[in-house]
Formats: sequence, C-alpha cells, structure tokens
Amino acid sequence: MNFEIAKEPINTQSVIDKVVQREAGAITTFIGTVRELTKGKKTLYLVYDAYEPMAVKKLEQIGSEIETRWTGAKVAITHRVGKLDITDIAVVIAVSTPHRADSYEANRYAIERIKEIVPIWKKEHWEDGEEWIGNQLETKSYPTGKPEEEDLNE
Amino acid sequence: MNKVLFFAHLRDTVGQESITIEAAGKTVGQVKAEMSEKYNLQKLDTVMTAVNEEFASNDELINDGDEIAFIPPVSGG
Repeated sequence: MNFEIAKEPINTQSVIDKVVQREAGAITTFIGTVRELTKGKKTLYLVYDAYEPMAVKKLEQIGSEIETRWTGAKVAITHRVGKLDITDIAVVIAVSTPHRADSYEANRYAIERIKEIVPIWKKEHWEDGEEWIGNQLETKSYPTGKPEEEDLNE
Repeated sequence: MNKVLFFAHLRDTVGQESITIEAAGKTVGQVKAEMSEKYNLQKLDTVMTAVNEEFASNDELINDGDEIAFIPPVSGG
C-alpha cells in the first residue's frame, strides 16, 4: 500500500522504505508540516478530513502519472487526517528515480497535484474562530462540475 | 436509491454527512441544483462532483445505486 490516508502520526522512514529500489540513484522526501502563522494569523491547530476511498484512488492516480512522466520512478504518499497540532506532519511524499533531477521534479509535481485533485480538506482553528479552507479567494470555479485539463496542468 | 455525501463547509451547512435520495435518470447538474435549493448551499460553482469516487461533469447521468459526493475546493497537503 504505497498510497494511504492515516489517522495516526506518520512514520516518515516507513514511507521512504516503500520506494527503495536497486535502480534508484536518488530518493527525495517531502514532509508537509502544520505552520503556526499564515499571513500573520495564528493557527492553534488544524483538522483534516478526507473522502477516504476517493482520496486513496487519487493518490494512486498521481503515482501513476509520475511513473508515466518520469521513467523508473517509484512513489509513496501518506496523508494524515484528524486533529494536527503546530509542527505535526500532515503529508509525506517519497519519490525514488534513477537520477536526482527527476526525483526533485516528480516530488514537487506530487504535492501540487495533491492540492488540485485529492479530496482532503483542512479546517483552520484560530483563537477567534474556525473555517474550512478551500480556495480562499474564491476565484476558482468549475463550470462543468469537474476539473478540466487546464486546471490539472497549472 | 443514491447516497449523497457532503464534505467540509457543505457538511456543516447541511448538518449531515450523507443523505439518501432517488436520483436515477437525473444529471449531476440537476442533483446539484436540487441540493442547492433544498439546503440553501452557496457558491456551488466552485464545488466539484464525484460519482462512484471519480470526478463527473454536470451532464453525466446518475444510475440507481451510484454514490454522489460534492467536493468543495480541496486543501490537503
């Protein structure tokens, strides 16, 4: 299971271990953590929720996209849900490839894609309130009801 | 019958994680419009829809037993 939604703290090493391969010359690991300050506003904690079966499918899709675009790549992603405190790990992405440049690129691609197509939401809790975070500027719309090609390749 | 799932702010507005409706033969867009009216949901143009865990366009037809989910802009990572 290289693509998981976890309710408990993520063991980063266990995600890395899944992409170890003899053909690899590089493994990049991205660790997404809970930041305290966003535009000067202090976050107390976050709550992540997911449409779990679809989220796993979409993480798998990102893995397939990467393996198609970067030959020889191996990918593992775990995203945590539930209540997370400041500095907690929300997501770990590990990518191994034969050469390092591909590994960096593919890992960056994975996190950007997560922010586009994986049904996971965070609720920010501040001292003076709480809010589900989506597209905060509300500039993004989906006139046909689903993401289009251009949404998926930005 | 069809299960309809709500997430994030939509769940807070509707007050339930899911409801069951009869949507066979309707399009995704029709179901969306009905839910919007019934629960007074705002800014549905930013909300995507999934049918059976895959993104679906507004003109897709719903079959009996399909699971419909309304997906507000995502914020994982």
